[in-house]
Amino acid sequence: MKLLNSMVFGAVLLLSFNPAQADEVVVYSARNEQLIKPLFDAYTKETGVQVKFVTDKEGPLMARLKAEGRNTPADVFMTVDAGNLWQAAQEDLLKPVNSKVLAANIPQHLRDPGNEWFGLSVRARTVVYNRNKVKAGELATYEDLASPKWKGRLCLRTSKKVYNQSLVGMMIYEHGEDKTEQIVRGWVANQATDPFPDDTKAMEAVAAGLCDVTIVNTYYFGRLIEKKPSLPLAIFWPNQNLKNNAAGVHVNVSGAGVTRHAKHEAAAIKLLEWLSSEKAQNLYADVNLEYPANPKVKADATVNAWGNFKSNLINVAQAGALQTKAVMLMDRAGYK
Amino acid sequence: MIAAEKAPAAGAFSLFSRATPHFGPWTVALALALLTLIPLAVVASAMLHPDQTIWDHLWRHVLPELLVNTLWLVIGVGVGVTLLGTGLAWLTAACDFPGRKFFAWALLLPLALPAYVTAFVWIGLLDFTGGLATWLRESWQIAWIPPIRSRGGVILVMVLALYPYVYLTARTAFQGQGRRLLEAAQSLGISRRRAFFRVALPIARPGIIAGLSLALMETLADFGTVSVFNYNTFTTAIYKAWFSMFSLPAASQLATILVFFVLALVTLEQLSRSGARYAASARGGGGARRIRLGGANAALATSFAGLVFLLAFVIPIIQLLIWTRAIMATDLDARYLDFAWHSLLLAGLGAALVVSLAMALGYAQRLRPTPAMQFTARLATIGYALPGAVLAVGFYIPVAGLDNLIIDTWREQTGEEIGQILGGTLAVMLLAYCARFLAVGFGPVETGLARITRTMDEAAQVLGATGLKRLFRVHLPMLRAPLLAAAALAFVDIMKELPITLMTRPFGWDTLATRVFEMTSEGEWERAALPAVAICVVGLLPIFFLVKNSDART
Repeated sequence: MKLLNSMVFGAVLLLSFNPAQADEVVVYSARNEQLIKPLFDAYTKETGVQVKFVTDKEGPLMARLKAEGRNTPADVFMTVDAGNLWQAAQEDLLKPVNSKVLAANIPQHLRDPGNEWFGLSVRARTVVYNRNKVKAGELATYEDLASPKWKGRLCLRTSKKVYNQSLVGMMIYEHGEDKTEQIVRGWVANQATDPFPDDTKAMEAVAAGLCDVTIVNTYYFGRLIEKKPSLPLAIFWPNQNLKNNAAGVHVNVSGAGVTRHAKHEAAAIKLLEWLSSEKAQNLYADVNLEYPANPKVKADATVNAWGNFKSNLINVAQAGALQTKAVMLMDRAGYK
Repeated sequence: MIAAEKAPAAGAFSLFSRATPHFGPWTVALALALLTLIPLAVVASAMLHPDQTIWDHLWRHVLPELLVNTLWLVIGVGVGVTLLGTGLAWLTAACDFPGRKFFAWALLLPLALPAYVTAFVWIGLLDFTGGLATWLRESWQIAWIPPIRSRGGVILVMVLALYPYVYLTARTAFQGQGRRLLEAAQSLGISRRRAFFRVALPIARPGIIAGLSLALMETLADFGTVSVFNYNTFTTAIYKAWFSMFSLPAASQLATILVFFVLALVTLEQLSRSGARYAASARGGGGARRIRLGGANAALATSFAGLVFLLAFVIPIIQLLIWTRAIMATDLDARYLDFAWHSLLLAGLGAALVVSLAMALGYAQRLRPTPAMQFTARLATIGYALPGAVLAVGFYIPVAGLDNLIIDTWREQTGEEIGQILGGTLAVMLLAYCARFLAVGFGPVETGLARITRTMDEAAQVLGATGLKRLFRVHLPMLRAPLLAAAALAFVDIMKELPITLMTRPFGWDTLATRVFEMTSEGEWERAALPAVAICVVGLLPIFFLVKNSDART
């Protein structure tokens, strides 16, 4: 009996009730704690609404949302790419939000056509080159990096990273699978070394002279240059002078949607509207040197110094729709 | 391990039967196996819905390379950790050389470093752009060093990270032997070297195998380290199917295949041992002398242990400390006390639970040493071979299902909305850790239990010690070293654990390991150094305690 008593006592200690509170929003986030906590703190300060959040990778978070079904505590699902938001919408984990504020603040190509999710910051994937070895005039497009003149001069990050998958997905949308596969095969053939696990390592290889050029997200460039300003690296904005579909720098978004079974739907929409607003956008983007999604907001000074560019205007949802195809294509092409 | 030839002595069963009549060994074993089998069944149920397109693709373009890669990795890591772990264990357990006392515990320290962090440090040093390579190139015109981002590199780093499993279990085994047997062998005219290979090594085999299986299961389930090397293995294919191709079913199918493969291996190993008994010398090494190494041999032993320690721990930790210094001013805040406390609490409670359950399972197996029971024990400990995030989902789905049942019933009965009862609680976290890490506790416990002979049980019984009394008065004191080893392994493994912690932790309840995740997932490796060092510091506690206690006895 004593044993039973202590077990019950232990169970009470170990189990806790999580009743839904009125003045709060619950966020499942694949965007890291250090990037979202300052925002949520500011939101709480301004509105008094508590933001509870938990971070994890997108896959496990979606599996969790699915398992919890209509009883999920989550009101908002937040990611650092469009593909996973697209997938969440596919699996009916999100619900459409009809908000004039969001429609006005977020450009059409950065949000779901069905309004189930919204980009909140832009992650641009561009070309970075070694100033000592490449003249900017030599560079033109992502596609051009497949041409033989770059043989042995290209460094790539692994194809397992979602930003390469979305880049190739968009290329499939623009050029079709056959042509895209040729391009990716060209990249693979031009590589100076095996793909790197992250953008920073690829840029360091360019700076060290192992190769001349690579494709990275701009904030990695910003972070690296902040730490080592003397590296001979520069940004090039590709695909600027084209008129077709393929025109513009490839962009992905970090964004969010309201969950299908949100308990605090109104509060969740308010949070998203606030995040898209002019006062929050800088806080959202600048902390990681990303671009604000709201065109009325200027990027951080460091980021602005890299110059203006035209971004690709195809809806980022395509990145999700074509992601599996892109992954298979890269596997076929031997892009590791 | 325990020979299947003999029924347990009369009265053995009474450990359970006297206290609670329905708590037989089989009940215990099955309950523990269910902890792993339920998540496994959830994962395996995906087999019912094969995703043909993805499978065709994987077969044609992905799996051939992966299988070769995985095989090489398993062979390389297996051979490496066995040689390194066993050799070092023998040196520090049975020999004497300058620095032995220090190395005895210092060689365990790499356990406290997450392997993927060590991997990142080594690539940072040795890759073309790394510090060492750049220095060699610019100061010495040495343009070529063996590429670290290669099959050899990933094997080397994993061996350095995982050899402590074998070192710890083999060392416990060697310590238990005592030197009398060796001395007896030598007195029969066998040379010391042959005595090692013919006597000491075979008796330590279960210990070595226990450590080796842990290291290999960890290798197979690893995603972090191989990702840093961009070395594609079976587990990277599992995550590719899930995260990149959005197919959790395909990922689950691959994971199921992996688990069956591991299950087949451990069962084969089990069969290969059946009939053999390793209980010969549990009477400890009281008063036995160490083999004193002299001159060149002593120098060799010291430099070997020193080199391993340097590569596996000193160099990575120095790099981490340098990074930590750079970011400490901005990143270190009062919250770290919370993170450390959460880690300590989880790892402490988790290790206690894992070891208790491992002990229960080991005892159940001892009382019913049938092949069926042994197979059940293998099943109960297979969770360790499953990639962590897959196990986490397999565990979470039934928990959430149960929660939904409670919430829905409550709503129907009362019309009130309540939140999750189980999700986000410590209890669920701890149980999930057990599903994953039972193997870590069970390996040492099983080896230790096997060394307690039947005659000892009988002697104890004659003296009136049966059931629980025998457990506490006879067995537990003899199991001191293996239990401590099991606790230390479980402790550091839980400290480093990520997928389960991420999925099941309560809101706002971050640990040191989740801090590492926050930083590394956005590529901020230098900033991950601070929590990594903190894990190491907190992880030191049990290792220090373990060796102090186990050495006091030898």
